[in-house]
Amino acid sequence: MSINLKATNPTTKNPLSVLKSRFHAACAATALLLATGSLAQAADLNALIWCDHADPALLQPFEEANGVKVNVKEFEGTGAGLAIVEQSQPGDWDVMVIDSIDVPRGVEKSLFEPLPEDKLPLADLFPQVKMDSSTVVDGKRYAITEKFGYNTIGYNKTKVDPADMQSMAALTSDKYKGKIAIYDYYLPVIGMAALAIGKKTAELTEADLPAIKEELLKMKANAKLVGEVTASQTALATGEVDILVGGGEWVTAGLAKENPALDFSIPKEGAVLWSQSLAMFKDSKNKDMALKFIQYIMSPEGQARLSTSACYWGMPANTKAALTDEQKKILRFDEQPDFLARAQPYPAPNADLDKKMQDVWTEMLQAQ
Amino acid sequence: MNSATNSGRALPWALVTPALGWTLLFFVLPFLAMALSSLTAHDGGGFTLSNYSQFFNNPAYWQAMVNSLQVTAIVTLISVLLAYPFAWILAEQVPARWQRLALMLAVLPFWTSYVVRSYSWLLVLAQNGVINRALTGSGLFAEPVQLANTRLATIIGFVHFFVMLLTLTIFANLKQLSPSYRKAAADLGAGPVRTFLHVVLPLTMPGIMVGAFLTFVLCIGDYITPQILGGNNELLMPQLVMMQIGRRGDFPLASALSIILMAVVTIAYLACARWLKIERA
Repeated sequence: MSINLKATNPTTKNPLSVLKSRFHAACAATALLLATGSLAQAADLNALIWCDHADPALLQPFEEANGVKVNVKEFEGTGAGLAIVEQSQPGDWDVMVIDSIDVPRGVEKSLFEPLPEDKLPLADLFPQVKMDSSTVVDGKRYAITEKFGYNTIGYNKTKVDPADMQSMAALTSDKYKGKIAIYDYYLPVIGMAALAIGKKTAELTEADLPAIKEELLKMKANAKLVGEVTASQTALATGEVDILVGGGEWVTAGLAKENPALDFSIPKEGAVLWSQSLAMFKDSKNKDMALKFIQYIMSPEGQARLSTSACYWGMPANTKAALTDEQKKILRFDEQPDFLARAQPYPAPNADLDKKMQDVWTEMLQAQ
Repeated sequence: MNSATNSGRALPWALVTPALGWTLLFFVLPFLAMALSSLTAHDGGGFTLSNYSQFFNNPAYWQAMVNSLQVTAIVTLISVLLAYPFAWILAEQVPARWQRLALMLAVLPFWTSYVVRSYSWLLVLAQNGVINRALTGSGLFAEPVQLANTRLATIIGFVHFFVMLLTLTIFANLKQLSPSYRKAAADLGAGPVRTFLHVVLPLTMPGIMVGAFLTFVLCIGDYITPQILGGNNELLMPQLVMMQIGRRGDFPLASALSIILMAVVTIAYLACARWLKIERA
């Protein structure tokens, strides 16, 4: 196929001048696009998030109310998230979702901006999940807890005896051999193993690891699989297993409509409290909008949408979250004071103990 | 004369420069960065070999390599055994006008997403999946058999993928084989079995080994299939590498493990190259 330039421009211009003028026009258009793009980028909010923040039902109301586009990038694991930040230019990111216990890691790297406490609904938060020991460093608040829940025993109440789920002994008993999945994240499940042998999660030391490993190996001997979020959730939902070690409302609540038989317990030994926080980057070029975003997420409406996100449900940190009665029932909102009183904090080991815990986990995975 | 000679010498270099530049930029430099990272401490300290010593001193890490080699060897062997007759039927038994369609059908699994394909296998192999329903429905088994979340599931997922790859390489080799070899063997009194064992098979070994080597490389470095189908009941090397990154962000240890994995692949390549002269195939 050939292009008849004269036919398209039957004046005196030769083909070369036509090409040159089109090239100039293309350059101008590109420059305009780039300029528009950079302006749009300046007005955008760039968020490093977990999958629950990617739900359009959560982001759209904020975008429409503020005339801003929220660009999100999902990550799993604080190490992976911090690596993304390190590989980015300062100012590329505005806000970040992070494990509450890992906020000091970001502060240590001088990544986060102190948050104005007077502009945040701190007084409305469940007191036990404020996590000041992690989110406040040297008297400055660097993050705010937005969502929490429990790593505990998730189960199908039509397949197991709910009374058995009130004790972690069920996880290592022959009765449920081959009916168990273990959530593949070493910190919370090591925390559960510690609770099962009567240790406090906040006081774990290297000396506790042999006994914890023994308990983990007993659980593994009973388990059919050790799966990450999707795999373990699918295994419980499809009936591949009846019990999920490390499960909780984050697995069962979102599936409640399709599978009302799924439930979770806080056994007599306790449960591990997980919580996620929201922080603002020190180098953000859009701090006002970043603060607005944090305020939106912490508002009653934002909290309701976040806690019932399509990716996974969880308890809102704000007691005034605008949840419906049905949503509160699914999340067992009214039972939270009792649950929180019996829950223990997420293990927060130093770097050395963290490495040793991960090695124990690796040994458990390799055990046959 | 000299300038003509010089330009004659410069031309090949000019032609390969883009490829060399590409390799330098996207392979050599990243590899050097990874090698450098593997020799530094996680806490930002100076030079250390501790990332490598951890692998050799920790049986759980070492076991990941053993698991990877076992799974890869089994997958490669089964894939070759299944792919060869399949390729032979395609090349020798299917009429020439249908071969293109048959090949297209053979590579259909490549058209679907790798992740989706793995999850599909999970559904097929699950306790309530098609296979277990057939087994229990037919009365062969009273209870469902655990197929999903096992090493067997990982191997099935891999074999499904790599049989197609090997079929292509062996098919290409079989098609290049002149019929004269078989005619000559027959003229000399060799039967079909003897002709296959002493003529066809040796001449198609390069195709088998190229496919087997590709299978080995892709299989030993794969993270998705064992992660989805294996149920983490044992760790393979790629899973061990990823585990270092997730929460702790231990890139030096992950780099060291990756380089050890790369060294194993290099040894496999050298073994194949020496034996079959792949570079001349």
